[in-house]
Amino acid sequence: MREAYIYDAVRTPRGRGKKSGTLNEVRPIDLLAQLFRAISERNGYFDTTKVDDVVIGCVTPIGEQGGDIAKFAHMYAGWDQVVSGMQINRFCSSGLEAVNLAAMKIRSGWEEMIVAGGVESMSRNPMGSDGGAWYMDPMVNNQLGFIPQGVSADLIATIEGFTREIVDEYALRSHRLAAHARKNGYFNKSIIPVRDMNGLLILDNDETIREDANMASLAKLSPSFEMMGEMAFDAVAQLKYTKVEKINHVHTPGNSSGIVDGAALTLIGSKEMGAQLGLKPRARIVSAAVTSADSTIMLTGPSFSAEKALKLAGMSPKDIDIYEMNEAFASAVLKFQRELNIDDDKLNVNGGAIAMGHPLGATGAMLVGTVLDELERTNKTTGLITLCVGGGMGVATIIERV
Amino acid sequence: MINYSKDSDNIVTLTLDNPNRSANLINIAFGEKFREVLAQLQADTDIRGIIITSAKDTFMAGADIDELFAESDAQSFFDRGQELKAGFRYLETQGKPVVAAMNGTALGGGFELCLAAHRRIAIDNPKTQIGLPEVTLGLLPGGGGVVRMVRLIGLQPSLPFLTEGKKVSPKEALSNGLIHELATDKDDLLAKAKAYILENKTAKQPWDQDGYKMPGGTPLTPKVAQMLPIAPAMLAKKTYNNYPAPLAIMAVAIEGAVVDFETATRIESRYFAKLATGNVAKNMINVFWKQLNGLNAGGSRPKIEQKYSFKKVGVIGAGMMGSGIAYACAMSGLEVVLKDVSQEGADKGKAYSENLLKKRVSKGKSTKEKADEILNRIKATADANDLAGCDLIIEAVFENRELKAKVTAEAEAVMDATGVFASNTSTLPITGLAEKSSRPKQFVGLHFFSPADKMPLVEIIIGKETSDETLARAFDFVKQIKKTPIVVNDSRGFYTSRVFATYVLEGIALLEEGNHPRAIEAAGLKAGMPVGPLALTDEVSLSLFAHIRTQTNLDLAAEGKAIPQHAAYRVVDKMLEMGREGKAKGAGFYEYPKESGAKKFLWPGLAEQFPNTIDLTEQEMIERMLFIQCIETVRCFDENVLMSVPDANIGSIFGWGFAPFKGGTLQYINDYGVAKFVARAKELHAKYGERFAVPASLEQRAAEGKEY
Repeated sequence: MREAYIYDAVRTPRGRGKKSGTLNEVRPIDLLAQLFRAISERNGYFDTTKVDDVVIGCVTPIGEQGGDIAKFAHMYAGWDQVVSGMQINRFCSSGLEAVNLAAMKIRSGWEEMIVAGGVESMSRNPMGSDGGAWYMDPMVNNQLGFIPQGVSADLIATIEGFTREIVDEYALRSHRLAAHARKNGYFNKSIIPVRDMNGLLILDNDETIREDANMASLAKLSPSFEMMGEMAFDAVAQLKYTKVEKINHVHTPGNSSGIVDGAALTLIGSKEMGAQLGLKPRARIVSAAVTSADSTIMLTGPSFSAEKALKLAGMSPKDIDIYEMNEAFASAVLKFQRELNIDDDKLNVNGGAIAMGHPLGATGAMLVGTVLDELERTNKTTGLITLCVGGGMGVATIIERV
Repeated sequence: MINYSKDSDNIVTLTLDNPNRSANLINIAFGEKFREVLAQLQADTDIRGIIITSAKDTFMAGADIDELFAESDAQSFFDRGQELKAGFRYLETQGKPVVAAMNGTALGGGFELCLAAHRRIAIDNPKTQIGLPEVTLGLLPGGGGVVRMVRLIGLQPSLPFLTEGKKVSPKEALSNGLIHELATDKDDLLAKAKAYILENKTAKQPWDQDGYKMPGGTPLTPKVAQMLPIAPAMLAKKTYNNYPAPLAIMAVAIEGAVVDFETATRIESRYFAKLATGNVAKNMINVFWKQLNGLNAGGSRPKIEQKYSFKKVGVIGAGMMGSGIAYACAMSGLEVVLKDVSQEGADKGKAYSENLLKKRVSKGKSTKEKADEILNRIKATADANDLAGCDLIIEAVFENRELKAKVTAEAEAVMDATGVFASNTSTLPITGLAEKSSRPKQFVGLHFFSPADKMPLVEIIIGKETSDETLARAFDFVKQIKKTPIVVNDSRGFYTSRVFATYVLEGIALLEEGNHPRAIEAAGLKAGMPVGPLALTDEVSLSLFAHIRTQTNLDLAAEGKAIPQHAAYRVVDKMLEMGREGKAKGAGFYEYPKESGAKKFLWPGLAEQFPNTIDLTEQEMIERMLFIQCIETVRCFDENVLMSVPDANIGSIFGWGFAPFKGGTLQYINDYGVAKFVARAKELHAKYGERFAVPASLEQRAAEGKEY
């Protein structure tokens, strides 16, 4: 079987996704273009005419993020015109889906070298501003029992018995691990500082990590989804989850993923093209899987997709050295951990989106780099990356260092 | 039907005047005439403007529901809707000003016609109703009502009118932007209509003008867009997705708001056809239109010409029920003697009315003077002699045969010799109570529902000796206090209590079998019942159930009949052993926390006492809880407890809240399909026992393909 290899992985630091965020002034196409230039530079300015395609995940592809940003970002960065580009959207997993799609392109034998990644400037393009029939069309919304993800996360917490204290403890862990990793330079290998046109530094590290996070301050935050839940969405959830008498709204801005700006790219190709371009493979993409569970509870997809990917790889959960499950909401991660029976010291070992934020379209690709860096740093072999996805989907990818 | 006249100013007045009915209706005949009138208008080249008004007290009541009910073809609904709307559209686009001179109530299609006018002027009569109540019959305003309301006042403000069928007075209509102007009387109305036409050479609807912007924005406007995800959820919370009409209305409003007027019109017609041909609309029209109108017109009243009217009503027992009955009577202009064993008790009962009246005044629904007048009609007393001169006495004392016999004698001693004595009992057979009466022919059962001031139904029970005249009187009394009467023959639990009990017992049986209590409650609510079976049992109290069963068993034993077993009673007994009697005791299937604002929640101990060992599908639970009611209703029919289908259907919905969208307990069988119902009931019988046994009469119906 022809294999797909990861040759490089880079990302921007994540800036707070508000008007006051440091990356708010940077256009999303610029976030991507700086990464394209970095990939060239880090890899000896290889011949970009050998790149077939660019696949970019973006969840709010409207306005400045619309119109196939993949094609124009690389051209803006000065890559060759023969390189194609497309933007995809599988909600929160778009960045990982881009990587998986790239691997499939390579494994099919029809293409040789792909850039896969994602971008989301949430401070400039608010989440949900692209609309969608799922929640804006009354007939569809009603038939499918739409509820916002935060209410789904609270529903999981209620069913699984994750109390406010448990999810807050998980959030605290995320900040502590991320702060530790940042302090010790674990992220430095992938992070490309964002600069202005003069080369002046704008941001070189993840902006939302709180070194001073503590249980007392987390406990003070109000539940984010209680009001809308009690207004109507809890009732919709209870139409399906009939044993739930009351939804316990435990998620707050403190134990949910942060809204941030950021981008990430990976370079994925065949063994032959890598060799031809003088690139050194860092890991092999062992398997990739996508599946979907119930769209109302929504965030339980990761365990199913992980199991599917493990099966494809002929592996069992114990064979994975490091798991990276996107910290969309604390309960979603804890549920995933419970389903696969994963030890704490194997899961999200350097924190996650609760501390560092979740730039929707980019996160999946970022996590590939995070896992790869950590495997290399600790000299381990296998990693599994997964994300919960809107609509109940789950995406998972297994990589193995070579 | 539509009179066409033109005055010296070349203003055409179209006067709606249905020759066959008391109100103007939109039906096929109207459509034909309307087409002729449009042709005449088109041919008439020197018209200055058009006034539409009515020769009736009302402007127009809406569509002809009977005609609509008879139609079942989607294409025909679509075509007819489109044709009518093309006519409305012509009126608003032909260029000359059109005024709707709303002399009275304009509802449904009547108001939709007004919406197609450039100016709407209404006589300022607080009794006039303006609105689009189609949703209450499972329909949507299919005459352009959704499309125009959204364009006229915007998406959010129009939704209460469209999805809830909210009706308003002319003043409220003006403040909500539904009409433009008020008039004092008919002359003023026509003068204002004329003046508008003389001032405006041409007229265009706002939505046909250049630069039109939808008030509040379209679904693409961020402020509106952010409300879209929760709107269907709020609906689901309220309706458990049992009512397709409000959702369809929301869809037409939203889909129609991003396309042009003609396209929106087509979308509206498609959804209308879908609803009008659907089961829910048929069920609701059948029960809330045909059968309810029939009952209110005296469908179950003996054919006695004379109509009776009551002047002075005695109510014995000033508890919750007696107080509510007294209020309902006083509100309808009757003089009331509210008697209790003590003056204090009677005063307390009267205070119930006082509080309700105070609320009405504070809400602006009544004035202090009127409220005082109503309250003064109630005389609270402990003296039986005050009942003298009553032409009707209703006893609402505790359910105890001796006590009831005592107050019967007491009342009959002083009341009108020709008067009616009524017992408000929900469980004791009337014939037995009448044995203690000196005038059993004038003795009848009037079963009110609690709270009697609110609940719309009264179940009239005919005792063995009750005369037709007494029944006719009772019927007229119920109508006099503006409630709906159903008539049933005497039997244990009559109709409503008997069938109602089957619902809660079935729910309790599900618990006994090991289903999750919250899943049972959810299934009850999704079945369309207003309250889950366990919560309802708590409301009624488990001790009452035990009490009724004991009484029933004693009666059956006395009659030498077998005592039926029901799994539910094992649960009831266990709960009573643990002192969990229900809501009144603060402990039943639910816990009732004392802190203010705290909600009741299922008693956690249920998990231990009745562990969740099986999970029947929700559909199975829903069907068990509905089927058992329907089968028991058929038995009531077979035993002649019930004598008419409308009594059964209306009684089930108004009496204990049986799923309204199913159109009542017997209509549910039609809705399900009689043969399919029988087949499914047989499955339930095999699985769950005798109580689901299919009555022979029902099997016969299925065989003959006959509906109820």
